[in-house]
Amino acid sequence: MADVIKKATRESYGEALAELSGEYPDLIVLDADLAAATKTGIFKKACPERFIDCGIAEANMMGVAAGIASTGKKVFASSFAMFAAGRAFEIVRNSIGYPHLNVKIGATHAGISVGEDGATHQCNEDIALMRTIPGMTIINPADDVEAKAAVKAALDFEGPVYMRFGRLAVPVFNDKETYKFELGKGVQLKDGSDVSIIATGLMVNEALQAADILAGEGISARVINIHTIKPIDREIIIKAAKETGLIVTAEEHSVIGGLGSAVAEVVTEECPVKVVKVGVNDVFGHSGPAADLLKEFGLCADNIVKKVKEAIA
Amino acid sequence: MDQTLKKQLQITACKVRMGIIEGVFNAKSGHPGGSLSIADTLTYLYFHKLHVDPKNPKMADRDRLVLSKGHTAPALYSVLSQRGFFPEEELKTLRKIGARLQGHPDMKHIPGVDMSTGSLGQGISAACGMALSGKLSDESYKVYAILGDGEVEEGQVWEAAMFAAHYKLDNLVAVVDNNGLQIDGKITEVCSPMPITDKFEAFGWHVITMDAHEFDSIEKAFDEAEKVSGQPVAIVQTSTKGKGVSFMENQVGWHGSAPNAEQYAQAMDELKAALASLEKEA
Repeated sequence: MADVIKKATRESYGEALAELSGEYPDLIVLDADLAAATKTGIFKKACPERFIDCGIAEANMMGVAAGIASTGKKVFASSFAMFAAGRAFEIVRNSIGYPHLNVKIGATHAGISVGEDGATHQCNEDIALMRTIPGMTIINPADDVEAKAAVKAALDFEGPVYMRFGRLAVPVFNDKETYKFELGKGVQLKDGSDVSIIATGLMVNEALQAADILAGEGISARVINIHTIKPIDREIIIKAAKETGLIVTAEEHSVIGGLGSAVAEVVTEECPVKVVKVGVNDVFGHSGPAADLLKEFGLCADNIVKKVKEAIA
Repeated sequence: MDQTLKKQLQITACKVRMGIIEGVFNAKSGHPGGSLSIADTLTYLYFHKLHVDPKNPKMADRDRLVLSKGHTAPALYSVLSQRGFFPEEELKTLRKIGARLQGHPDMKHIPGVDMSTGSLGQGISAACGMALSGKLSDESYKVYAILGDGEVEEGQVWEAAMFAAHYKLDNLVAVVDNNGLQIDGKITEVCSPMPITDKFEAFGWHVITMDAHEFDSIEKAFDEAEKVSGQPVAIVQTSTKGKGVSFMENQVGWHGSAPNAEQYAQAMDELKAALASLEKEA
């Protein structure tokens, strides 16, 4: 296997904003004193006049974004997932979601892979929170190629979008030349007949590895990447349930309210089969290197393999 | 102020008050007290100051008004209907199923509403965004935000205050309606936000005070606001909660309750008498 290129999706996000700045001359980017970390600093360098630092005041930033959007300009508001979805939740709901304003939220440092900063900054609840807002679109890209394509797709889409990016450099597995992002469409990366592994974000690459390991043990696993968590691709999930009879979901998020819950909601309504959830099991994280934490919390190929085998046995 | 204009504004404000009572009475709920305290200010803005067109409510270069104290929607709806954004008759549908006139302002469905508000402290941030957007593309519109004095207890108001001063949003005017009462009692007794003027000054705003029920004072304040450059403007207005309806004035109980049939009749009689006397003088 050729050398795997690794890149954090937050990096892809910042680069995409800068690359698209010419094509979208009315794009304004807001941040809350985290431009160096969220990587909106790359946009700031390219277009300082269209970068607005709101200081450490996420609630106001979301309201400012709503006001800018109401005047017809495109706007991204950035912070860590914890503060964008968590601290500013009610502003996102009432000032952005309720009037269905065209605000894009760029939330970085999602999940346990924040690492050393620990539990206060490891947001494993943002997807759950954002899913409850009517009309909110949620995108959780899996790698650099998908993240960049998703930023452009979000800019071309009219309405509020929550985008989730990671801090940790993760393998780039999509092919830049052939990749096409379709909002709301799941992507079947590998066919299989014994189980469907439905994954999102950095867990998609783990799911692919798990499928390879399972293949070696005679288990045929289908792998589906759900980059758009809301609205979710019901069709691909129902098809997977019908054709494989078993689903294992994988996400770097709480097992409560995230991808696993969304998939289970579809499956229980349309084609009840067993759904096993791999995710953060209703606990807070703690400090440590991201790679170690992912293993410790079971957010890795080995644990997906284990769960699949337990479910099949 | 020109006497003919003043008389006309007083007459309109009286009709706006009647619309507030009409709406809240028919809804059997709502917030008359704080609606009546901002009736004169909203009348002045919509009938004399704001560049708006009822026939084209989304006009790109219109002045914007964000009712950050969104619970006083009856006042905004009443003034918008007087100004011709929708029929006055519609005020009777306030808060009813199927109606456009939601309990709190809904920009998606109500002509003339520039921002959905209701959760206190949020409207001022949206107003900052509108003002900043205007600055970024060199547009001439102005943005007005109306806040309650209790509302400034919300921390988000001060995040917005810091932001507006930092970005020198001199196209933004925030009016703080200081009627002195909030749901749980006097603002000085609940969890005092006073002194409000000093706080805005400390945050870098140009602060003006005015009497909320005297059109000469209102005009003077907004004229001064227009001349300020390089700073956002806060107009702290001294007002009377429930102004114009004798038994509602300065009574905290009228913050969020509707009059019964008898109280409705008395309120309307008082306002009709005031209107008749104003029209006679005019």
